[in-house]
Amino acid sequence: MAITTSCYHCGDPCETDQIEFDDKSFCCAGCKTVYEILSENDLCDYYDLEANPGISQSNQSNGLFEYLDNAEVKKQLLDFSDGEQEKVTLFVPNIHCSSCIWLLEHLDRLAPQVIHANVNFTQRKVSIHYKTDGFSLKQLAELLHRIGYGAVINLEAQEDAEQVHQADKKLWVKLGVAGFCFGNVMLLSFPEYLGLSELEREYQTIFRWISALMAVPVVFYAASDYFISAFKSLRQRFINIDVPIALGIITLFVRSFYEVAANVGSGYFDSLVSLIFFLLIGKWFQHKTYRNLSFDRDYKSYFPLAVLRKKDNAVDAVMVKDIKKGDELIIRNTEVVPADAILIDGEASIDYSFVTGESAAVAKVKGDLVYAGGRLVGKQAHFIAQKDVSQSYLTSLWNDQAFEKERKSKRLIDQVSQYFTVIIMLVATGAAFYWQQVDPSKTWLVFTAVLIVACPCALALATPFTWGSVLRVFSRNQFYLKNADIIEDLQKIGTIVFDKTGTITETASQDLEFVGEPLTEGERAMTSMAVASSTHPLSRRVNQSLKASGSAYSLEQFDELSGKGVFAVVSGVEVKLGSAKFVGAKASEAVETSEVFLSIGGKVRGRFLVKNTYRKGFKALVDDLAAHFKLSVLSGDNEAEKERLQTLLPEGTSIRFKQSPHNKLQVVKGLQTAGANVMMMGDGLNDAGALKQSNVGVAVTEDISMFSPASDAIMHANAFGALSKLMALVKQAKWVVIASFVISFIYNIGGLTFAVAGWLTPLFAAILMPLSSISVVLFTTLIINWLGKRKGL
Amino acid sequence: MSVIVILIITSIVVAVVFLAAFLWSVKSGQYDDTYSPSVRMLFDDKKKKTDGAESDSTVDQKV
Repeated sequence: MAITTSCYHCGDPCETDQIEFDDKSFCCAGCKTVYEILSENDLCDYYDLEANPGISQSNQSNGLFEYLDNAEVKKQLLDFSDGEQEKVTLFVPNIHCSSCIWLLEHLDRLAPQVIHANVNFTQRKVSIHYKTDGFSLKQLAELLHRIGYGAVINLEAQEDAEQVHQADKKLWVKLGVAGFCFGNVMLLSFPEYLGLSELEREYQTIFRWISALMAVPVVFYAASDYFISAFKSLRQRFINIDVPIALGIITLFVRSFYEVAANVGSGYFDSLVSLIFFLLIGKWFQHKTYRNLSFDRDYKSYFPLAVLRKKDNAVDAVMVKDIKKGDELIIRNTEVVPADAILIDGEASIDYSFVTGESAAVAKVKGDLVYAGGRLVGKQAHFIAQKDVSQSYLTSLWNDQAFEKERKSKRLIDQVSQYFTVIIMLVATGAAFYWQQVDPSKTWLVFTAVLIVACPCALALATPFTWGSVLRVFSRNQFYLKNADIIEDLQKIGTIVFDKTGTITETASQDLEFVGEPLTEGERAMTSMAVASSTHPLSRRVNQSLKASGSAYSLEQFDELSGKGVFAVVSGVEVKLGSAKFVGAKASEAVETSEVFLSIGGKVRGRFLVKNTYRKGFKALVDDLAAHFKLSVLSGDNEAEKERLQTLLPEGTSIRFKQSPHNKLQVVKGLQTAGANVMMMGDGLNDAGALKQSNVGVAVTEDISMFSPASDAIMHANAFGALSKLMALVKQAKWVVIASFVISFIYNIGGLTFAVAGWLTPLFAAILMPLSSISVVLFTTLIINWLGKRKGL
Repeated sequence: MSVIVILIITSIVVAVVFLAAFLWSVKSGQYDDTYSPSVRMLFDDKKKKTDGAESDSTVDQKV
């Protein structure tokens, strides 16, 4: 096809099997169905708000929600229920544009029982209030799924998100209180700065007392986190950056209060509130959360909440965690097998894409063991569970120690602050001692002045603003970090380990390659004939890869045997395609790669394999990275790709094949014991152990709202090529922070000289402190953005 | 007391009212989602098809 049309619904390019309907093109039947539902209900405004707003239906999750009728599940999910009406909030990661909001808020046109629907865009959530009269949560979930907005239901993830959300709100409130007091205190301090005439003196006391009052909520409420953090770190016999900050705040507050109460001066309330206000802004800037992403998914989010179990000839839905060894499970099309289980029906094909990243299905026959995490494709099948869910092959990874230990490395700022605090205390006592000899009346004043001016406001702002800017540059490039601490972990990385399938190769690669004696043109045409009538997705791919146009042959017999393959007679010659057993070939060792064997005229000709397509710019990327990092590739596959990989990767890269999930974890652990700081890049559940064990685990995904294993960072596949630039920026960011430390030290030394000499006035403090903070903030944000721009990030 | 004190007290009272409004807006979740309200107000309340044929001729509206 010369011109590719894009799908009217989802905007994906339409491949060969384009569907025309209503003068519009659709890429698949799913998209067309959604269009039909919407147009029947007069909801076509959906397409007017934004072009091609729909969600591609080709890789939707399954639409099986029977477990939502389970009372226990329902109780946990519903926000409100009185028997007649129910209210539920569902996480719908597919929400991405204004059309989505419009459609979801007009759900009542599709289901009249819906009273009200409200979308929260930033959290990708929709809360729906509906009447239960002839309608249920299950039907609601099915409806959403039908129009392409499948809800992701996970009981645990919801609580975590709620906690983060509450912390966010608290910061806003503190920022509001501090900002309010900051503005008012500044206003009241101005007359003092300008100097008061004798006539105005009478107001001085009132102004001072109002300022003092304003400072109370700022110190005791807005700044409370600093005291708590300082207290915690002291209890662990460690000085973090919050210790000198808390010390500075207390000194400022006590001395100012004393000055006002004793009527000897105006105090430093202006400096105090501005300090706290700036610190909170820094916190807010660094605290960039991606609420639509989830970094902490464990295997439970991959599995359904419940599956059907057959017991004493009765079928009921059982919660996945309650599955016991020996249970008979009924798994339906597109459902995930939740525990290692033995197939007891004739045959089934299992798609391991969750686990390995490989997208094509593997055929299993009666008696075969199917590992948890495989997704059934085709008609429903019965299984006997062999292990509990948590003991299964894949999920047992989570029993590894790697999942229990908390990573702890000292932050750069805390290392600096240790020395900083000690030096400041020495200077303060030294100065106090000196003044004790010279002029005892000034001892106390100088001691507090040193602590006030040394309060590491600029120092404390340097890292939040640098890391915050880095986070923003990263997210522009679709690289999302869990939090700012990950940046410091990234700076220490010396070794990068890549998973092969799905990480450095593309997941949705469409190409097949033929292994065996090359086919003649005639054979290609015959094979093409044989698969043309088959509906199996692999058959379509085979047909595309053949590129044959032969009408010289005629199809005389055609039979599609599900789970086995295709049997056809083309111009008198028998053509068989399918599993090794069906065709009569010797099965290869690789169980997890999908292959289609071909025999013509009873003779095995070879097999079709899904060809690995490496991500764009992979070669350039590894060449770049090799200059700074040690590289390593781990693959769960067999060694078929070895030679090709070796030509792509720079010399000295270690490549390991046939790595089980546990092997991968061990490899990372081994590198770490040898002293390396390891970054693991992976995509599937089989990398989960290695991701957790590594110093920084990065999940690479082609759709950030889809499932990705627990990790420290999530990277969109598009950003993969920019990895070396991103890593370079992270390393430069460290120097930016160090440079801004130097700037703030210069301010501190200047301020200290004044303080030690006993010349620190409130006005001087009120100018110096914001000035140092602002210059550090400007310096860091501008430099990081400039560095990012120069790199083309 | 002179007028300046009254003015200051008034200004603080007004500021407190705004602070309270801000705190209320945070608590009531207005900062939870800053995107959808901006789009929602642009949606037309188009009548259903059953209400008459004239609504079908609505001009294509782009946001």
